[in-house]
Amino acid sequence: MTEVAVAESRPRAFAPAEIARSIRRLPLHLTVWVVMAIWLVPTLGLIVNSFRSVQDMGHAGWWTTLFPPHGLTLDSYERVLSTPNVATSLVNSLLITIPATVIQVTIATMAGYGFAWMKFRGRDFFFLVIVGLMVVPIQMTLIPVLRLFAATGLAGSFVAVWLAHTGYGLPFQVYLLRNAIGGLPREVFESAEIDGASHVQRFWQIAVPMSVPAIASLVIFVFIGVWNDLLVALTFMGSSPNRPLTVVITGLVTSLGGGWQFLTAAAVLQMALPLAVFLFLQRYFVRGISSGAVKG
Amino acid sequence: MDSRILTAVGAVVGIPLILGGYLYLTERLLAATSLRTQARIRPYVWVVPAVSFATIFMVLPTLNTIVLSFQDKTSTRWVGLDNYIFFFTNSETINSLKNNLLWLVFFTGFVVIGGLLIAVVFDRIRYETLAKTAVFLPLPISAVAASIIWKFMYDYQPPGQVQTGTLNAVIGTLGFSPVAWLINSTTNNPALIFVGIWTATGFAMVIISASLKAISSELLEAARLDGANELQVLRLIITPLLMPTLTVVATTMVITALKVFDIVYVLTAGAYGTDVIARQLFARLANADYGRGGAVGVVLLIAVIPLLLLNIRRFRQQEEIR
Repeated sequence: MTEVAVAESRPRAFAPAEIARSIRRLPLHLTVWVVMAIWLVPTLGLIVNSFRSVQDMGHAGWWTTLFPPHGLTLDSYERVLSTPNVATSLVNSLLITIPATVIQVTIATMAGYGFAWMKFRGRDFFFLVIVGLMVVPIQMTLIPVLRLFAATGLAGSFVAVWLAHTGYGLPFQVYLLRNAIGGLPREVFESAEIDGASHVQRFWQIAVPMSVPAIASLVIFVFIGVWNDLLVALTFMGSSPNRPLTVVITGLVTSLGGGWQFLTAAAVLQMALPLAVFLFLQRYFVRGISSGAVKG
Repeated sequence: MDSRILTAVGAVVGIPLILGGYLYLTERLLAATSLRTQARIRPYVWVVPAVSFATIFMVLPTLNTIVLSFQDKTSTRWVGLDNYIFFFTNSETINSLKNNLLWLVFFTGFVVIGGLLIAVVFDRIRYETLAKTAVFLPLPISAVAASIIWKFMYDYQPPGQVQTGTLNAVIGTLGFSPVAWLINSTTNNPALIFVGIWTATGFAMVIISASLKAISSELLEAARLDGANELQVLRLIITPLLMPTLTVVATTMVITALKVFDIVYVLTAGAYGTDVIARQLFARLANADYGRGGAVGVVLLIAVIPLLLLNIRRFRQQEEIR
């Protein structure tokens, strides 16, 4: 999807024609650079600011740091990590995200196989409901689910958020994996069936290994989605000590008013993991994102 | 701390084990029945976990919210349409609805058209992958982090003081006086919507770019040889051919625009006339006002129903092709 367009081979000479062509293409390149700058500069500004002192941030823009004296410091990081709840919530984010991802993807893979390679009454109806649910805003469900958690004593716990993320994420994931697993060659499954392989064997020895790329894309997609979630955690955890980093940062932004600048470091900590995942596993990430084109 | 890590590890290891055990046990039970019964029951074993989650967390709560919207604050008394009358007469909710409409039109429009233009322009350069990565970069960034990023971009100091916000510094060097982007009522909604555009355009670009690569270059060359200029190629050939893709992207963006919450919640908390309905719903929920909150939810649901039907129709068409 992001492969480089095949570059046409032509001599790399500085012939007059070549120079004329470069000049003609200058507006094109300028446009590209401006677009790239609009999309890169804001993030760059945040990262640079996170390595400056709060006083510096108040006295001069982040770009002044690019020239000496740079005045780089880790003050904001020290301050943010010693702010109550921040370090804990960073760990919480992991404790929420990893199980939530594992639960969702396991259940979705099973159901994806069932919908793809098993025949049963009501299959098309159930699947149509799942397709419809992908579009239903989760806001629609927050009040009853919160009351359910409050009644069962789960509100504020990890279990509540794991379950909620699973419920909200599953329709899309079942849809995606049903299409991925259903897209595998029919003959493989038929010959396995003739050889007497049970559904468990066909699932475990054919469907799962053959859809590893789809499952991997989904894992990354779900992981980043849960890691970045604010609404679900804010609703079901409120001020619980189990709340993730996004909720703690949001609370600090609104409560600090004037002195919020050191939160740059918190924002960098929050986005470091998804960005690393994105940069190292870009291909899977892009695939996950683009197959999510219909996600609600 | 330790016990919480144990819980998490337990869940990571335990859930797949439980599911495995569940499959094993049901297989053992099924083995006692006739082959016919087995074949009839077994598929349900595989889809029941997912279907029950969807039922418990999506279907039933949605229906429940509809019921709640006809009841009072604490769901003890039926109040008819009171909560809806409140929704459509209260200036806060009406304003939120208007803002969602702004999001719907401008966010969707700019993301789709911007994504298309960027995909077409980037298609013509050799460092396409690099350029695309730049535009795509905000996608894995959370709305919370993006909001802090843009809090710095939009930062405002009174005139005469050093402008540390990037945008005000730029317009300052051009000779304009600084703007309180997030407070000024003519700039704050566009400013928030732009944060959304900034995070979502990469998504549109990637999807559109993939479809763009599928258009045969001979077709485009033929049009150019026939004397079509680049604008005509874009308008008369590329856009119509990409229409299915553009529709998919636009649908996704419309849903995003209707549900927008994080950016508004973090950057302005809905103040200065920037509120949206998803934040209104959250505010009612935080106030334990389930009736009015439910009505906000139902309005949101009604807004997505056309998209829901569109999605189902498109799915059916795809199934016929399969």
